[in-house]
Amino acid sequence: MGNGRRRLGLESRAARIAAPAIFAVLVLAVWQLYTVVSDVPESSLPSPTEIARAGWDNRQLLLDNMWITIEEILIGFAAAIVLGVVLAMLIRSSRTVERALYPWLVVSQMVPVPAVAPIFVIWTGFDLRPKIMVIALVAFFPIAVNTIDGLRAADPQLLRLMRTLKASRWQRFRYAQLPAALPFVFSGLKVAAALSVIGAVFGEWVGASEGLGYLILVLNNATDTATMFATIFLLALIGIALFGLVMLLERLLLPWYHEARKETNDDGVAEPPPDAVEIGARL
Amino acid sequence: MPAPTARLRTEGLTKTFPARSGADGRLSALEGVEMTIDPGEFVSIVGPSGCGKSTLFNLLAGLDRPSGGRILLDGRPAESLLGEIGYMPQADLLMPWRTVLDNTVLGLQLSGVSRREARERAREEFPRFGLEGFEDVWPAQISGGMRQRAALLRTFLAGREVMLLDEPFGALDALTRQEMQQWLLRIWQEDRKTILFVTHDVEEALFLSDRVYVMSGRPGRFELCVDVGLERPRELERTTTAPEFAELKLKLIEPLRRASAAAHAEDA
Repeated sequence: MGNGRRRLGLESRAARIAAPAIFAVLVLAVWQLYTVVSDVPESSLPSPTEIARAGWDNRQLLLDNMWITIEEILIGFAAAIVLGVVLAMLIRSSRTVERALYPWLVVSQMVPVPAVAPIFVIWTGFDLRPKIMVIALVAFFPIAVNTIDGLRAADPQLLRLMRTLKASRWQRFRYAQLPAALPFVFSGLKVAAALSVIGAVFGEWVGASEGLGYLILVLNNATDTATMFATIFLLALIGIALFGLVMLLERLLLPWYHEARKETNDDGVAEPPPDAVEIGARL
Repeated sequence: MPAPTARLRTEGLTKTFPARSGADGRLSALEGVEMTIDPGEFVSIVGPSGCGKSTLFNLLAGLDRPSGGRILLDGRPAESLLGEIGYMPQADLLMPWRTVLDNTVLGLQLSGVSRREARERAREEFPRFGLEGFEDVWPAQISGGMRQRAALLRTFLAGREVMLLDEPFGALDALTRQEMQQWLLRIWQEDRKTILFVTHDVEEALFLSDRVYVMSGRPGRFELCVDVGLERPRELERTTTAPEFAELKLKLIEPLRRASAAAHAEDA
């Protein structure tokens, strides 16, 4: 019984990896074929093999710039987490604070980030700081919104039960509200991971002398489209790695959440909002 | 004959809520509820839905304050009942992020017992509660009956002398329900805690209890109190087929039907 179940688990895991891999190979094959059959110039659409070759030839350039962008993303993502979680706790701490802050939280997302990025550059110059600010500004929002929802997710009946067990307000937060919020926080983190990469590119476009986003501008001017594509793939790879890191952390920190989701979901485990999951999965 | 001090006693317990907008005055949820429960007694309350059982339990658990009357615990009027009485609501409310074992220690942990000691004490009780071998699994992985037993163990381990059980078996299938009733009686007989049990099910109330209160609603009050007096220890087949059992059932059903009809009439 247990054995059969494990085998089934392995099979489905293999299928989960194989299916997208086969799809990717298929897309690359069609792409390659198209560039050969049509006479599209390499400067508009290089073939996958040309991209791979360009990437390999320029590996030192790409790696040097990649580390810089990774540094920006990691610091910016961390800043977004702190900002998002602190803001969420503040908003959930009192009704008045919620009323005062929540609308502005939404308004902050109406501001077109590429438009404010130059202002950050004016404030802080061309170093890491404006990029970190841009990343934090685009990535904190899903974290804050999901955390706010998560902090509401604890079963009110459970909180009443805890009161009959003489739990203090802190204990109710520590033992019920916080753990109930964590799955929501993580679904916010997944969306934020994808947005961080976008934020880094925006930040570098506005004012930078290094980094993968900056490199794209340079390569665009030089019409080195193949290397540009290689840079884009590298950026996507960073995003995927960050997303994977968040998923790994979730597995390690919330083992119960995965177990519960495997079972039929009739046990009141709060599901994070589907739109957040979808955005996360789109990466 | 002067009665020994009751473990739990209510005197003229009343609860009113502000009426809905438009209507003037207040809505009366409980009116003059008188109840006495001796130490180690098993007492049930049966009544139609909406008769005020939840309001009564909220007052007894200290989650809400009465509008009038008082509640005496061991003869003393309690300042706040919060934390004085063990309370188990209908839903098991196990935390999905804690293992079964860690769920059962919640009450101990909240009262300052170290995690290690709390777990040791809980572990000892696992066989008796039919949970042996399931200490380290997540609640989502065990059956509904087991979850109720885990929730009950959590209530037991919190160590209160009086326990309010609000339809703990209401969501279980008939067979599991019977097993749980027999099991609960065994546990109660070993520990002799005072239990106040709420149910819709007359047979369940009779099989388990020393006394049964029939409650009617709007405002909630006790219509009738019946001494069960069936010999203990009870066994499901023997006890529920005894002629006295059928007699008691008849005695309860008529007032219960009237209470229920009154509740429905007011709904219409």
